[in-house]
Amino acid sequence: MELVSPGIGLIFWMTLAFGVVLYILGKFAWKPILKSLKDRENSIDQALHEADKARQEMKALKFSNEELMADAKEERDSLLKQAREIKEKLIEDARVKANEEANRIIESARETIENEKMAAMVDLKNQIARLSIEIAEKVLEHELDDKSKQKEYVDLLIKKANLN
Amino acid sequence: MKKTSHKRSGIFRNVFLASAIIIFLVMQVFATNHGSNDQQGHGENWEDKTIADEFKAGDMIVEHIVDAHEWHILSYGDFHLTLPLPVILWYDGNLHTFMSSKFHHGHDDHNGFGLSQEGEHKGKIVRTLQERFITEHVITHDPNQKLPLDFSITKNVLAIFLSLILMSWIFISIAKAYRRREGEAPKGIQSLLEPLILFIRDDVAKASIGEKKYEKYMPFLLTLFFFIFLNNLLGLVPFFPGGANVTGNIAVTMVLALFTFVITTFSANKAYWVHIVNTPGVPWWLKFPVPLMPVVELIGVFTKPFVLMVRLFANMTAGHIIVLGFISLIFIFGQISPALGLGVSVVSIAFTIFMDMLELLVAFIQAYVFTLLSALYFGMATEEHH
Repeated sequence: MELVSPGIGLIFWMTLAFGVVLYILGKFAWKPILKSLKDRENSIDQALHEADKARQEMKALKFSNEELMADAKEERDSLLKQAREIKEKLIEDARVKANEEANRIIESARETIENEKMAAMVDLKNQIARLSIEIAEKVLEHELDDKSKQKEYVDLLIKKANLN
Repeated sequence: MKKTSHKRSGIFRNVFLASAIIIFLVMQVFATNHGSNDQQGHGENWEDKTIADEFKAGDMIVEHIVDAHEWHILSYGDFHLTLPLPVILWYDGNLHTFMSSKFHHGHDDHNGFGLSQEGEHKGKIVRTLQERFITEHVITHDPNQKLPLDFSITKNVLAIFLSLILMSWIFISIAKAYRRREGEAPKGIQSLLEPLILFIRDDVAKASIGEKKYEKYMPFLLTLFFFIFLNNLLGLVPFFPGGANVTGNIAVTMVLALFTFVITTFSANKAYWVHIVNTPGVPWWLKFPVPLMPVVELIGVFTKPFVLMVRLFANMTAGHIIVLGFISLIFIFGQISPALGLGVSVVSIAFTIFMDMLELLVAFIQAYVFTLLSALYFGMATEEHH
């Protein structure tokens, strides 16, 4: 019978002790333990969430990086092309200019030559005219002295003129 | 920080060691005192001795599973090693306190109080018959006197105190570990018990009460679970400081069930009471004019904790009885012939080991079931009906 009849002393002490420990553990053990567990779970959740977000951001960043690279490459290509064009144009321009200059120099040279030639011709004509007058003077002088000598002289003069 | 905690645990260990030594010395004194007294008692009447020597399995088993006023540790021949416990009695408006060693293992009385050896109040402290020394050597209740109210620190009370102190120490240190290692992985005993705490939280409380309201009940459910589990396990340890049949004691399970009952009743919402008075889904003639369903529901309110009480008590007690039964077999056969007892012991020990394994499982299952059902009752009391 003792087995199934609860004793008052045990009920009293059990209620008291269990109640006190329930209070103590509730305040000093379960509360901080459950709070820590919850905090840790939250922080793990948050960390996972953030990692996911970071991964997405990385993905986006990588994509934009590639885009940037492609842009840069394109720009470089176009710059190179432009530079090449400019170079070719410069060379072409220089050649054209050089040609023109050469032509101009040749032209002016030719003109100068022409002028010189003309001047020489004029000078020659003048000399010839002067010579002719001199010869005519000398002939006229000789004719007056001797006929044969005159002829001789004329020949001589001619010879001299030829030398000129 | 680490240094101080080391120091503190060192102090803890010293205090523990010192108290263990003191307890041991006290027990030694009583052991030697008592050896001689017993010899005298038995020497006077040898008929008593033969009766006492005969092994009675039933008496032995009951002795082991009921509460006691002293903590018996071992006996060798006439040598008894026991831990005396304080007796606190309330009788006629007076408080009587003395150590249980005054009873001399139940052979003597003290100030008119004694442990009844037979009759209705066997094993309990009673007001003894004054003329018992003249008539016979039996301590029994005086029918003309009132029974004293017994508030003694008995074996089970001490076991409850010890287990609660152990629990407080374990879980407060775990709480400290959580605070110290905030945001880090659990370590040591913290990681050993965290799965159980999470199990109670996620699979018992959250599943039965619901996400919104479970938090309020967590301290009770955790304390309940670990108290039952720890005492179930300590009950399986056959020697001091284990061996007290705490969770197999009906007073203990009654208090636990009453806690559940009180919390259920006080946290019950309107829907819970409406469900009892006017049960939905039942024909009206079951409620009026004879309120059959409300009566059935009201009985249900009380049977729930009652069943909790009986289930834990019966399971733990039954387990202990079976183990003790197997051990008794050795002595029953040993009385016929020592060789037979030796032979049976092999089988008995094998079965006892098997039962102990089973009891380990039962220790967990019963703690879990009690906690789960308590959580379910809280869930029912706070459920919102649509």
